[in-house]
Amino acid sequence: MSDEAKVRGRKVKLHDMCLRDGMHSMRHQITIEQMVDIATGLDDAGVPLIQVTHGDGLGGSSLNYGRGLFTDEQYLRAVAPKIKNATISVLHVPGIGTLDELRMAADCGAGCVHVATHCTEADVSEQHIGLGRQLGLDTVGFLMMAHMTPVDALVQQALLMESYGAQTVYCTDSAGYMLPDEVTARISALRAALKPETEIGFHGHHNLGMGVANSIAAVAAGADRIDGSAAGLGAGAGNTPLELFAAVGERMGIETGIDTFKLMDVAEDRVVPMMPKPPRADRDSLTLGYAGVYSTFLYAAKDAQRKYGLPARDLLVELGRLKMIGGQEDMIEDTALTMARERGLIGHNSAASPTEAKLDA
Amino acid sequence: MTKIKCAIIGPGNIGTDLLYKLLRSDVLEPVWMVGVDPTSEGLARAKDLGLKTTDQGVDGLVPHVEADGIQIAFDATSAYVHADNSRKLNALGVLMIDLTPAAIGPYCVPPANLAQLAGHNVMNVNMVTCGGQATIPMVYAVSRVQTVDYAEIIATVASKSVGPGTRKNIDEFTRTTSGAVAKVGGAKTGKAINVINPAEPPLMMRDTIYCETAEEPDQQAITQSVHDMIAEVQKYVPGYRLKNGPTFEGRKVSIFLEVEGLGDFLPKYAGNLDIMTAAAARTAEMFAQEILDGKITLTPIPIEEAA
Repeated sequence: MSDEAKVRGRKVKLHDMCLRDGMHSMRHQITIEQMVDIATGLDDAGVPLIQVTHGDGLGGSSLNYGRGLFTDEQYLRAVAPKIKNATISVLHVPGIGTLDELRMAADCGAGCVHVATHCTEADVSEQHIGLGRQLGLDTVGFLMMAHMTPVDALVQQALLMESYGAQTVYCTDSAGYMLPDEVTARISALRAALKPETEIGFHGHHNLGMGVANSIAAVAAGADRIDGSAAGLGAGAGNTPLELFAAVGERMGIETGIDTFKLMDVAEDRVVPMMPKPPRADRDSLTLGYAGVYSTFLYAAKDAQRKYGLPARDLLVELGRLKMIGGQEDMIEDTALTMARERGLIGHNSAASPTEAKLDA
Repeated sequence: MTKIKCAIIGPGNIGTDLLYKLLRSDVLEPVWMVGVDPTSEGLARAKDLGLKTTDQGVDGLVPHVEADGIQIAFDATSAYVHADNSRKLNALGVLMIDLTPAAIGPYCVPPANLAQLAGHNVMNVNMVTCGGQATIPMVYAVSRVQTVDYAEIIATVASKSVGPGTRKNIDEFTRTTSGAVAKVGGAKTGKAINVINPAEPPLMMRDTIYCETAEEPDQQAITQSVHDMIAEVQKYVPGYRLKNGPTFEGRKVSIFLEVEGLGDFLPKYAGNLDIMTAAAARTAEMFAQEILDGKITLTPIPIEEAA
């Protein structure tokens, strides 16, 4: 059966990420006015779920990941009262955010939480998933960098999250590395193993240009939720552009409940004007997808290129070789220092020399 | 020479590694290993090493405390059960060294504040977390030079070195580390981030410390202080090494470390566990020496007062 036959008539919930994953691209500097403007536009276009948090989740504002222009609480308190139909969601990464921050988010009106762990470490999510359920939130387990573990192992981790109370479990392609067949294999296996009432989600990145194709493959294999971003605003070459998915989905008969033209307008009129530059698979973003590296590493790698004259692509490939995972932004600077020293770009044990970049970052 | 007799509660990775360290001590003698699972490998191993064991938890130890002269107990279980363990043993005059993130008693990071705890009749000392033991000496090394407005630490450990207790207590772990970064490290505010990396072969523990100083950092003095502190920690964790830095960007000081374990019981990559058990042993040795010298007396805390 063709994918088109499998997806026709399927009901799929779209989840916009541009005010969370897009925070990375904006270096966490989205203003309150922009947040409200975009979120209300998405709400009006019928997007059922809108994520609003620092790029690295609740409590992510830090020297390691970049400080937010405003706190999560300020963003949430500004956005939540303006939303008519959509549910506001937050990202929460155990080890970064604490339970108090999740309580705060619920108090601000968030109705959904993505509890994210690396794809092999689901058992650190028990407390956070448990609290999400206790607070009455739509509670999602979010298995990041899902290309880094075999399908069977991913299923075991998903079952753990389900056992802690997750109502939805995601296969998250944080590196934008997967190809459609790899998505099909993972989503099918999750669908076969999880309880029928547990929903399955897919979160893609567009580093290899496969965001839409992978999301369609996910729906064909049984996914109920698809993450994307208006105008694709997200880490690396961005997330699955949500208006593209909505348009393709409409032609294929997927029922999303979205007003596709309104979503296109939000992307074009509200999101694009805010972007420093539109996300595209430039050589560094493409390297993320090609080498399977966490999409968010793009920004600190470009910073290192500016500071030490070390090509970001070389650094990203090395980080992939070292098997660095989401959250290890500190190791970008550390690895850059080590590589720059080995290449004679800086002196021994020093980074203070503000080497002007030889490459355009 | 007389030694102070000890019990270890929790025969898992940490408890077992600690046991090997105590067996080498001049002032501590491990006598009891306490578990809850009769099939525990850790209990069997402790028995083979000559310890008395019980699988009845702390209640199995309590009747023997007086007869066996137990004065110090290490709790390597979990934050959820520590309060109960501590209450029961404090009532018998046993000093608790807490290796869980429960943090009932004062925090202790030896090179930063062990000396300050000397002479005080504390009955419960908390060893913070492995991330805290690895990074707080560096925060302290900066804050003893000049005011630190904000300190942030990122501790990355190998997945294989993180046991089920820590995983279930990840929130306490994060919170306790943040608190101690400020309180013991000497920063006005502190933040801790923990990352668990599953790479094979396992990665060695890595720690990054960022400090924001109130004024322009004194680069020379901070660099010297950091190197001095590395040498101080190496006295009990020889594999504690500076990988990069300190580097300076505006008011931000960055320090990048690697912690290799001694490999007593755990593999060398598990520097996070080694620094925890080594710090706990060092702390207990200080108190043991004080007890032996008659400088402190352990006073039982009646259960009703401890509540």
